This record gives sequence, structure tokens and C-alpha cells, in this order.
Amino acid sequence: MKEFWIYIVKETLHILRDRKSLGIMLGIPIMQIFLFGFALTTEVKNSQIAILDNSKDLATRTIIEKFEANRYFEVNKSLKSISDIEKAFKSGKIKLAIVFQNNFRDNLLHSNKAQIQLISDASDPNTGTTVVNYATSIINDYQNQLTQQANLPYQIKVENRMLYNPQLLSSYTFVPGVMGMILLLICAMMTSVTIVREKELNTMEVLLVSPFNPYLFIMSKAVPYVVLSLINVTSILYFSKILFDIPINGSLLLIYFESFLFISVAVSFGLMVSNVTSSQQIAMSLSQVGLMMPTLLLSGFLFPRENMPLPMQLISNIVPTTWFIIIIKGIMIKGLGLQMLWKETLIMLLMLVFFLFISFKKFSIRLK
Amino acid sequence: MNAINVENITMTYNKGKVKALNGVSFSVKKGEIFGLIGPDGAGKTSLFRILTTLLLADSGYAEVAGFDVVRDMKSIRKIVGYMPGKFSLYQDLTVEENLKFFATIFKTTVKENYHLIKEIYVQIEPFKDRRAGKLSGGMKQKLALCCALIHKPEVLFLDEPTTGVDPVSRKEFWSMLRNLKKEGISILVSTPYMDEANLCDNIALIKDGNILTVNTPNGIVESYKEKLYSIKSQNMYQLILDLRSYEETKKCFAFGESLHVTFKNDLVDLELLNNKLKSNGHENIEITEITPSIEDCFLALED
Repeated sequence: MKEFWIYIVKETLHILRDRKSLGIMLGIPIMQIFLFGFALTTEVKNSQIAILDNSKDLATRTIIEKFEANRYFEVNKSLKSISDIEKAFKSGKIKLAIVFQNNFRDNLLHSNKAQIQLISDASDPNTGTTVVNYATSIINDYQNQLTQQANLPYQIKVENRMLYNPQLLSSYTFVPGVMGMILLLICAMMTSVTIVREKELNTMEVLLVSPFNPYLFIMSKAVPYVVLSLINVTSILYFSKILFDIPINGSLLLIYFESFLFISVAVSFGLMVSNVTSSQQIAMSLSQVGLMMPTLLLSGFLFPRENMPLPMQLISNIVPTTWFIIIIKGIMIKGLGLQMLWKETLIMLLMLVFFLFISFKKFSIRLK
Repeated sequence: MNAINVENITMTYNKGKVKALNGVSFSVKKGEIFGLIGPDGAGKTSLFRILTTLLLADSGYAEVAGFDVVRDMKSIRKIVGYMPGKFSLYQDLTVEENLKFFATIFKTTVKENYHLIKEIYVQIEPFKDRRAGKLSGGMKQKLALCCALIHKPEVLFLDEPTTGVDPVSRKEFWSMLRNLKKEGISILVSTPYMDEANLCDNIALIKDGNILTVNTPNGIVESYKEKLYSIKSQNMYQLILDLRSYEETKKCFAFGESLHVTFKNDLVDLELLNNKLKSNGHENIEITEITPSIEDCFLALED
């Protein structure tokens, strides 16, 4: 026990004395929360639109008013002819152009058919689609008003309810994602260099020629990083609550428990990398390629897993963050308990055992 | 029982392409200071690593304090002290923290064996709150020695402990080793400095993975059978050329401020040589017979 303690003390001193790295480790989470919360949002707010109203009647004016009243749109200008549309797009300010046909209201009332053209700037496909969807829903809204008055014989009325995140705020999804990414980044990358560093700085050579316990030694390397990461979990949760009012519907204790498990997985992955590599640089890049990229691309953080081709979906299963994000979303947003999340928890537990096993197994008791 | 027995150890790197040790055998008696003297690349570090169980030899047998270096790895790691050639302590920990750390992993305390390191530690104690990385070369070596001694090892392995250390610190270091010997600790020490050889009880001269000879420093000097002359003149460069082209010369090396020369015939006519050098334009010629140093012996043995 005394031996384990002195390892932890030593490892903690290494971390505390490397002020720059420590600052980065504690600062990054807060920076990321700000970044994702304010800048990298997937919502489309205040889109500038242009309107070409060939009809200028009661119906078109009502629709335009609806657009003006909506916080997602801002009517930038009225156009005079079709040829203005392209100019407006090329100026770069317009995300959407709405074109009403001639005699819009007459057509609508007499032939039951009127046409609106939505032209969107799809150079950013996501924004393009989102803007068109918003616009369509505004127009449908108007149509519903009309049909209610008309009393049609057959009518299917679709009512949407967006559960758990009724306002479709992207901050709901990014907090679990950022948590997963940050914890992984810090735990895996920082621990991945710790054992290699001892090899590179030669300290391993003296350590090996001593009755030291490799298991305690490896475990002790994990402890300070786990503590540090739990501090990060706290700061991420705190800032998400303060700045974005993210709900924590489930148990806070469970969030910490699952984070602790995930951190352990990440740390043990780092240790495994550290044990099988021979230089700090290789260890860094291996943990980066091995974890960072899959986490960003495959975990469902940035892109929904359901949209991925099958092979990618299968690969995403072995990315620990995938499971962590599912769990944290479940707890924070849906308020789920462990009885609903035991499967994901078990998967992470198995990953932890696997990584630790390899680390212990690969620890070399001699020099290479 | 010997402290160390090495029998026919062979070691290669890169799948046999680079030979590091070529059938090395010697033994170190209990309680003696044994010097492994040889230039860089002679195989000293490989040998140290094999004896400290860090590397596995290709063939041969070695034991330390009666333990097999392969089979009894764990026992050996408990009772030896090892100071690698490169500084291997934690640079970002202070002097005191390093010492405490190594005491703990050897399951002892600084207090328990303080008498062993006291003489050395008092010299670095004023800097005990300084980080190890910020110490001078000599201080670093003293700290490393303290850390290697803290568990009162039976056998101490010091791989080039004085390389890169100033002459005063080197002297101090060797006097510490003499004191450790009094405590009954057997010491295997390697060094590229031939002048340190005289401070050992026994030495092995090693080159290119081969042991040239094992003997006491005096024994090695005594086994030098030829007459050795030190020759000087005002034009040393010309002197080397002249002596090397002289038909009676066997070997001629530059050695500090003079040349060390052996002749094919020990009854060489020095008068004749003196005149010959004079006629070649040399002045202030000094020819004296000298007793050989370890380095002379090494140079004589290496081919």
C-alpha cells in the first residue's frame, strides 16, 4: 500500500509540475463547451431570405408576415424579377429565396392549387435542407389555417411532438459528445505517454532493477488522471448548466459513475498504448488516430450513426465513446436509470477489462 | 562464493548482425571493486544490462550473488544496486523526493540505511529541494549513487559513473567507492578512463566484446614485458613521423606531451637514436625509460 501511495504521489507531482499541460487539461473542456455552445451550433438562426412576390395579394402578404415573425428568418429584400434571384444568392447573404406565382390567391381559392418556389443555397447541404424544412413548415402552417376554415371531408392531421428536446436545441446533443471527447482526449492521450516517457527518460531502467510491482505501478499511473478527469466532468456539467441550461433529468450520481467507468476505459486504453509503443511521439499519434478520429466521426457525436453504412456502424460499436454518449444522453436528457442502460455499461466494463489485461500482459519486465 | 560469475556470455543485436559480447568470462570476488575498462562500444553497457537482468544474453551463464541472472531475476533485483550510464532519476522530482521514492520501492526508508549514504548525501543535502534535472553533473551522479545504495545492496553496478564529471568530483566519487567497499559491498564499475583503473582491486580490459585480460592493476603492468620509452623533442609532429619510419621502432603512440615508444629490440642503442634524431633537425631531445601505465598495456594488448 505504501508502495502504491508513493507511485501516486510521484505521478501527481509529475502532473502538477508540468504547469502547461495541467492548464491545457483543465482549460480545454471549458473552451470546448464555449466553442460548441456558441459557435459550432447546427441550428440555423436568422437566415436571410429574399422574396419575389409576383402576386402581391392577401395570401402572399400573410405568408410573408409569418416569415417575418419567425426568429429563424429575416426578410432581407424584396426582388423584382427572376434574374435578381441569382444576383441575391451571389451576394452571399441570402440563404433562401421564396417565389410566389402570379395570381397566387386566385389560384389557391379557385383551382385549389397555388405554387410557391423555394430556392435555397445548398453549398452547405445541411443548412440548405434545414432552411427549406423550416420554410415548408411555415407554409404548411398557413395551409392548415385555410383548410380548417374550409372544412374538407377527409383530412389527416399530423401532430408532431418533439420529446425530450422540444425546441430541438443542439446543445442537448453536444454536451454528452463534448464530455466523451474531452475525457477521452485527456485520459487516453496523457496516459499514453506516461509509461513511454519512463522508457525514454531511462527511469524505467532503474525501476526495473528493483523489486517494484508492475501492476501497482501501472495502476498508479491511472489514478491522478482519473481524478483530474472527474474534475473536468464537474466543470463541463457546471458550465453546461450555467450557460445553456442543459437539463440533468437523471441521477447525477449515475452520471459520475458512468463517467468514472468511461474515464477508466480511456485511461486503460492509454496505458495499453503506452505499454506497446517505444516513443512518446508514436504513443501520442497512435492514441490520436486510434481514438480521436473514430470518436469524432463514428461515435454519433457529429454524425448520426443510423446514417452510416453498415461497416461503419459495426466499427462504431468498438468505439467506447459511442456507448458513453448513448448513456449520458439517456441520463441527462431522458432521465434514464441504470436498469435501462446496463447493456451499454456492461460493454464499457468489458472494454476496460480488455484494455487492462493487454496493458498488464504487454508490460515488459526487461529492456527491449 | 563470488559476487559475480560470468561464463562465456555472448550477446548480439539486430538478429546476430552486431556482436556486442563475444564469449566473455570473468568473476568478481566478494567485497572487491572490479573495474571494467574499455572504450565506448566495447560492450560494457550490454554486460551490465545482462547482469542486472535487463537483457537476456544469447548464450552463456552468469550469476550475481549466487543467483542465476535468468532464472532468479526477482531475487537479483532485490539485492543489487544499479546506476545506469545515462542519468535515470526523475528530473522533475527534487533530490529528497527521488531518494524517498527509491527507498520506498526497495521497501526500506532513508533513515534505515542513512549511514551508508551519509558521507555522499551531506554533500548534496544543501540542494535537497532542488529538482534533480537542475543539478550539476557531479551532483547528479552523487544523487544517483545514493539512490542505488539506499537499500544496502550486496552488489553495486556502476556503469560509467564518472563520465562527464569534473576531475575533482571524479576523485571524490572514487574515494566514496573505497568506503563502500569497507561496508562489504561488492562493486562492478565500468569506465573509459584508464587512470581510474589503478583505483580498482581487479580489472578486466575489454574491447569489441572481448576481454583482453583480467588481473590486478599491478599485475597488468607487470605483465608488460617490453621496455617503454618516453620521447620528447621540440617538434612533436615531426618526431612521430621520424620515429614511425625508424626501422627499429615497434610501436609509437602520442601520449599527452610525449611519445610512448617500444622497440623491436630491447637493447636498442639510444645514443644512435639520439644522434639520428638530431641529424633530422630535432632539438631538446629527451629519451627516458618509463614504467607503463594501464593505457600502455591496453594499447599493447588490443592487437
